[in-house]
Amino acid sequence: MPAESAIIRIEAVEKRYQLGDEVEVRALRGVDLEVSAGSYLAIMGPSGSGKSTLLNLLGCLDRPSAGRYFLGGEDVSQMPDDALSEARGRKIGFIFQSYNLIAQLTVIENIQVPLLYQGKDLRAYHDHCLKLAELVGLGDRLHHRPNQLSGGQQQRVAVARSLVNDPLMILADEPTGNLDSKTGQEVLDLIDRLNQGGKTIILVTHDDRVASRAHRIIHMKDGLIDREVVMRPPPGRTPTSAN
Amino acid sequence: MLTFQFLSTVRLGIKSLMLHKLRSALTMLGIIFGVCSVIAMLAIGEGASYEAQEAIKKLGSNNILLRSLKPPEQARQQGSGASRGMQLKYGLTYEDGARLHSTIPGVLRVLPMRIIRENVRFGRNEIPCQVIGTLPFYTEVTGAGVVSGRFLAHMDEQHQENVCVITTGLARRLFPNQNPLQHAVKIDAFYYRVVGIVQERSQPEQRSQAGKMEGQPLDNNVYISLNTSRTRFGDVLIRRSAGSFEAEEVQLHQITVQMRDLAAVETADPQIKTLLSRFHDQNDYEIIVPLQLLRQAEQTKRIFNIVLGSIAAISLLVGGIGIMNIMLATVTERTREIGVRRALGAKRRDITMQFLVETVVLSVGGGIIGVCVGVVTPVVVSQLTTMRTIVTLWSVLVAFGISGAVGIVFGLYPATAAAKLDPIEALRHE
Repeated sequence: MPAESAIIRIEAVEKRYQLGDEVEVRALRGVDLEVSAGSYLAIMGPSGSGKSTLLNLLGCLDRPSAGRYFLGGEDVSQMPDDALSEARGRKIGFIFQSYNLIAQLTVIENIQVPLLYQGKDLRAYHDHCLKLAELVGLGDRLHHRPNQLSGGQQQRVAVARSLVNDPLMILADEPTGNLDSKTGQEVLDLIDRLNQGGKTIILVTHDDRVASRAHRIIHMKDGLIDREVVMRPPPGRTPTSAN
Repeated sequence: MLTFQFLSTVRLGIKSLMLHKLRSALTMLGIIFGVCSVIAMLAIGEGASYEAQEAIKKLGSNNILLRSLKPPEQARQQGSGASRGMQLKYGLTYEDGARLHSTIPGVLRVLPMRIIRENVRFGRNEIPCQVIGTLPFYTEVTGAGVVSGRFLAHMDEQHQENVCVITTGLARRLFPNQNPLQHAVKIDAFYYRVVGIVQERSQPEQRSQAGKMEGQPLDNNVYISLNTSRTRFGDVLIRRSAGSFEAEEVQLHQITVQMRDLAAVETADPQIKTLLSRFHDQNDYEIIVPLQLLRQAEQTKRIFNIVLGSIAAISLLVGGIGIMNIMLATVTERTREIGVRRALGAKRRDITMQFLVETVVLSVGGGIIGVCVGVVTPVVVSQLTTMRTIVTLWSVLVAFGISGAVGIVFGLYPATAAAKLDPIEALRHE
């Protein structure tokens, strides 16, 4: 995929919520955004700025009230529920603030979950999942349950899980919010390496230091993109592997 | 591929249930009790009706039984009994037998019986018995089988021979250590040579003299030919008891009418009633139609099964409600997990499937355990009580099927409720 091609294109996207009978909240008021493959984007903004709403839309968890959203060239703005689920499963990798691993499953099984909903034969992907576990440094903890792991380890399992279906982009929602600064650094380093390996990263945070790792930062305010900072140009494809 | 996915869903369901072992076990308990009680109750019902039906079948479904009855006290004083003083005359007569044979269509055989209670003696042994005067084709009508020797023959009947046939039970008691054949037993004042031993299928007369026989051993029967009985004992029977005596004249105590087929039994029943009522001015006989008894027993069994089954079904229902309750709680508790799964690409139907499978695993698991316990329970009941129990395959299948259906029916609502959750809301759920 060429570096300059936009994998995300949002055109005049609005999101309105009906609260009660009369009150209408306009969480997004016409946002335009393009994200090219391989970029590292941070979204910042105070609460109520529409940051979370934008993230939900980008993650295909919600549909815009108006406007269009092209994900990998496909218009997903008015897709039915099942098709949206399909799009999430195939194109997006999620990393959540509170890890959100499934408690009754082991590390390796948690990594496999997205494959399950693609109807893939897990046995064929076993080696793939093993490699991912090793990539995040948990090759020796495959059969541990989430409650036997530290927060940093859990988040690294979540990173591996977000990679398993080889998504177009990885959406990270405050990935270090529940971690101490040291383990937070480790997880962010891991994400950096993924980006260096060519993954598109979109990261939501309110921590400037976290955002500073991105190449491009957009600040949300009152449902609009307030300003945009380009830290450095998107890097040329360096041949360094994620490892 | 699909089956693999289904299997992993089942595996996941079991895993999720194992996360809360006690809760799952308690939830299952409702289904276990439900299934177990369905099977056990139906087994007890089945056993009870089986015994009743067997007893009736032994009477022979092609047969119609007529029995002499002592008329009730009041009727006796007004009727013929009073005019004859102490001697009471009632019951079926030889003519009745002849008339039945010649007028009722479809009659195969008419078997008359005189049943007299006498002590039978051999050596030092003396046993109270029923001395039954009957005809040679007794065995064909009642299905009694000759164990050794022979049954009564026409020659015995013609010559009023003093020969007798005894039942296996009596043979055991009267001749503990020897072969009874060719020995003679003494009944009243006469000796009778034993020519055969028979095995009874049923009791020809269990209450010959209007309910005075309770507590008597049931298979102490001696068979002599009808003519012999008539000449040796006469038609007037005298019984003495503590300072009073009773004389009654009864020609026949029982007539068994064997019909050609089942259809003939149906039509003959009212005809016999009409015929007998013309010659009997008092109600001194009863008509027993085993076929009708059998039908009634089957009807009773059906009602019995419905009642027992519904009681047990209610407990299954309660178990199902328990499952639904727990699953609703589980869905709330696992809202976050549902949100995560949805975010990772699960469609609504994947979530529905996951929780439905979990419920069905619970209920079918409970069903399997319930079937095991339910099959064992009747056996234990039979051991502890004298009740007979029969576990039928269909009751097991029905109980198991219902438990599965309960899982689906009561799992559907929690599962769809889980699938309907908005992924964003679910992810935000604490």
